Amino acid sequence: MEYTIPEHEYLRQQKKFPSVWCAGCGIGTVLGAIIRAVRALNLSKDKVAMISGIGCTGRMPVYVDFNTMHTTHGRALAFATGLKLARPDMEVIVVMGDGDAVAIGGNHFIHAARRNIELTAIVVNNRIYGMTGGQLSPTTPIGDRATTAPYGQIEQTFDIAKIAEAAGAAFVARSTTYHAIELDRLIASGIQKKGFSVIDVLTQCPVGYGQLNQAGDAVEMLKWFRDNTTSARGKAPSGKIVRGVLVDRDLPGYVESYRKVITASKRGART
Amino acid sequence: MQGNLAIAEGALAGGIGFFASYPITPANEIATFLSRALPKRDGVFIQMEDEIASLSAVIGASVGGIKAATATSGPGFSLMQESIGYAAAVEIPCVIIDVQRAGPSTGMPGGPAQGDVMQARWGTHGDHPIIVLCPSSVRESYELTIHAFNLSELYRTPVILLTDEVIARMSETVEMPLPQVKVIDRLHPEVPPEWYFPYDNAEGDVPPLISFGHGYRYHITGLFHDKSGFPTSRPDEIDAWQERLFLKIDGNVQQIARIEEEEMADAEMVIVAYGSTARSARHAMRQARAANKAVGLLRLVTLWPFHDAAIERIALFAKRIVVPEMNRGQILREVERASQGKTEVVGVNRADGQMVTPAQIMAALEA
Repeated sequence: MEYTIPEHEYLRQQKKFPSVWCAGCGIGTVLGAIIRAVRALNLSKDKVAMISGIGCTGRMPVYVDFNTMHTTHGRALAFATGLKLARPDMEVIVVMGDGDAVAIGGNHFIHAARRNIELTAIVVNNRIYGMTGGQLSPTTPIGDRATTAPYGQIEQTFDIAKIAEAAGAAFVARSTTYHAIELDRLIASGIQKKGFSVIDVLTQCPVGYGQLNQAGDAVEMLKWFRDNTTSARGKAPSGKIVRGVLVDRDLPGYVESYRKVITASKRGART
Repeated sequence: MQGNLAIAEGALAGGIGFFASYPITPANEIATFLSRALPKRDGVFIQMEDEIASLSAVIGASVGGIKAATATSGPGFSLMQESIGYAAAVEIPCVIIDVQRAGPSTGMPGGPAQGDVMQARWGTHGDHPIIVLCPSSVRESYELTIHAFNLSELYRTPVILLTDEVIARMSETVEMPLPQVKVIDRLHPEVPPEWYFPYDNAEGDVPPLISFGHGYRYHITGLFHDKSGFPTSRPDEIDAWQERLFLKIDGNVQQIARIEEEEMADAEMVIVAYGSTARSARHAMRQARAANKAVGLLRLVTLWPFHDAAIERIALFAKRIVVPEMNRGQILREVERASQGKTEVVGVNRADGQMVTPAQIMAALEA
């Protein structure tokens, strides 16, 4: 019997593999989790859009058989906002790296959360700029090295989940590429949630981040994710990164609220 | 009616369903009007966090199949440049309204200018074609806004409506009801999804475009791409795509570029003008005619693609071409280039937030 991998039916057959990503890169794991989440939810490929910005993660949509758009650096959420408002019937998944999402795209990130627009934002957080050669990002831990922080990184580090929560996202979760099954479930929950969903995914970059910080190869980095994170369900030991659903609250989504604007405009009244 | 309102009315008549913008003087009235009018038509108005997000959202909405536009002024227009290049490269229709104000930098927010002529043409990085329209009256603001939507759909390109503070904020009597102008929609593919290539050069200058969500699951990228939309670094594919990208605009200059001529039959001197400056130019021309001077007016309605042929023609008979502009000579150089040294070309320039006066133009005619 021929062995088939269910994810394959979601990949573009005409695209040449292997991908642009380095050996040991975690982005493929995140892509696999997104596909499994879409499959588990039984969403039509025609009704799913995947939007990305620039960087290693920006290259994700080209491989997957959805409606896909690779936009400009940092602006994926703004493009996705327009698409979602034009096509509220579509599930719009936005994939971004950490630099894309919270450095150049930080303003769009907080405002998408503030609007609580019905998008699913997945941040592939490898804590470094991979494609451009290992520069520091807003999530590079203090003291770590980057090609542009040769003496150690001295800036405070962004907590993407906390920013999303403070800015108003309805759903915030965190996981890692080690916890791939958990990630499937969290992404599926994010897609199902009405409102802005953020899934922050710690992802290994053995070439950009790993080599500069003696973090070992991909396997060593995955083990680090295993040993240094803990589930939100249990009691969090201090110093560990908390995984799982961090925020899940019912807030009006932008598309839903905009319908009220339409109704009010036709009545000639305020909302 | 005010010029900015005429633009907003033109957008509605042109079929707009999505408008995103960020507040900026002197373009605000467009957003204010559309924030009221669009929801009534089931359309979307959204105030974005900045101009970059505004145009990005506009492009996203257009990918979703809805006609979309934004409006801004100089500083915001500068922020939009990267996205303009993206829209040109991925061939997604959209309309950008730039109400020019005096610059550079914050300049004079309420002062008129025409300083964005070259920014509209070359503001984004890399070679790309663009269409830029320039109204000279309130009524024309309405008509050209509809035309901007039509051209963007017809040629799958961003179109810039380059107006200025004077035209946008003055009020003129406009005959009501406003004229019905034919609305053009993008060409949709007639082939099944497996045969559809959104950038197929074999489909002519402008391949059909289908929006997301209709079973044609294709890829859009700002990287150089092949006919499928997938990234490519093959020079043969890139060259063929770039050739078509330029040909669809440069090969249709006669269809796209509009000019308007007045008193040209016996003209010995010609004023070449556009936007609000064309109004000063018309005044100067009439004064000159009253003084028995054979002066004609060539008004550029379309700035880009530049109507070389019109300038070449007048350079053959005009003893002098006078080009008044509220900048330091942006179209002047284009006129010099197109006239190929066959006649004298004189600029009348100011960039201090004040209109070029008829007296200044008269002085250049008489000098």
